[in-house]
Amino acid sequence: MHVRFWGTRGSLPVALTWRDVRDRLARALVAANGRGLDTVEKAQAFAERELGFSVSHTFGGHSSCVELVPPGAALDEYFACDMGSGARPFGAHVAARQAGRAATVNIFMSHMHWDHIMGFPFFGPAYTRGNLIRIHGCHEGLERALRRQQEPPSFPVPFAALGAEIEFVRLVPGEAYELPPVTVTPQLQDHSGDSYGYRFECEGKSVVYTTDSEHKLEDHGARRRIVEFFRGADLVIFDAMYSLAEAVSVKADWGHSSNVVGVELCQMAQAKKLALFHHEPANDDAAIERILSETRRLEELTRGAQRLEVIAAYDGLEIEL
Amino acid sequence: MRITERTYAGTLVLSPAGRLDHNSCDAFEAALKPLVERASAGHSLVLDLSALDYVSSAGLRLLMLAGKQARAQGGRVMIAAMQPLVAEIFYISRFTMLFEIHPGVREALTAASPESAAAFDQR
Repeated sequence: MHVRFWGTRGSLPVALTWRDVRDRLARALVAANGRGLDTVEKAQAFAERELGFSVSHTFGGHSSCVELVPPGAALDEYFACDMGSGARPFGAHVAARQAGRAATVNIFMSHMHWDHIMGFPFFGPAYTRGNLIRIHGCHEGLERALRRQQEPPSFPVPFAALGAEIEFVRLVPGEAYELPPVTVTPQLQDHSGDSYGYRFECEGKSVVYTTDSEHKLEDHGARRRIVEFFRGADLVIFDAMYSLAEAVSVKADWGHSSNVVGVELCQMAQAKKLALFHHEPANDDAAIERILSETRRLEELTRGAQRLEVIAAYDGLEIEL
Repeated sequence: MRITERTYAGTLVLSPAGRLDHNSCDAFEAALKPLVERASAGHSLVLDLSALDYVSSAGLRLLMLAGKQARAQGGRVMIAAMQPLVAEIFYISRFTMLFEIHPGVREALTAASPESAAAFDQR
């Protein structure tokens, strides 16, 4: 299974400012001093190898959108979670790859908060006649939420004017659905207005997409259910928006989780890889890089029989499982 | 889970021992609550973590609740003498932002009051 992250930021899209760009250019130039980087290729290789992630890259700023590419899927069929602002580049990718051929896009919605639906009006394939967009979710009001954000005065193009055929598919939490070649199971999560995580399985590989989910540490039953949902997953894409201190104090009941709880749940479930996701918009690249490094250290300190690989998702990251 | 309790000139020192994880947190909470309730109004509470080998997120939450309860009773709450592993977990989880932290029990008692530090020295 291949995974592409089109949007990884929580709550609100963010962008680098001119100061951010100037400062990282300045740091790169100082680091490159005397290195004889007289071609673009040499400079790119230097940036890739020797500059830290927060100088040479960015975690990016699009809100949630993650594409899954299961082996054996039809060439014209796509699978994705959420339609945050990352849906715009995802749509451009679909359109470029299809080159005029009709596509079927399966979208699995965690919930309808704005940062998870705001990309849909900019999702190009929804405007193309002949395409089929299947929007899967467990919420009763899903269709209404997507239609409403395209009503005046919020957006100039009404939902009814979309060229593609749009189908809404209501799922029941806990039930496994076969969408060959994928089996997908939704699970209820603790979030304002409810949210749903999804476990995708295909040819022996499994990916859990679990964002906008708070974990009440005193609720042992809920923890056991989540651990079973994560059990043995090859990748868990996890809402790690806050520090644990924030999540249990000033931001308790805000519906999000932490890197610390992500490590603990994945270790209990013997998951193989944890991707920190839904990054706090107030955190810059250096802050996210620091959180990643600390999370890896925590995993090392608390490791049992099995190592858990920890990464921080970023816009443009691709993972092959 | 064992919690040792001592008082130095009105300052209550609680010393949990062992691992504070998802398996032990219910027993720890049941043992800790009445002890924190006994912390005198306006006096300090010191959580001596020198014998605590490990703390999970659920355990950290309980420490946060104990601190909140003691503060609501008008007391001051301090963490003291963390083992290196527990200190790292505190830092990574940003619990260092929630508590006043001291390297040892005596330092915490000195911060609480000169009388408490003197009582500690006279043990």
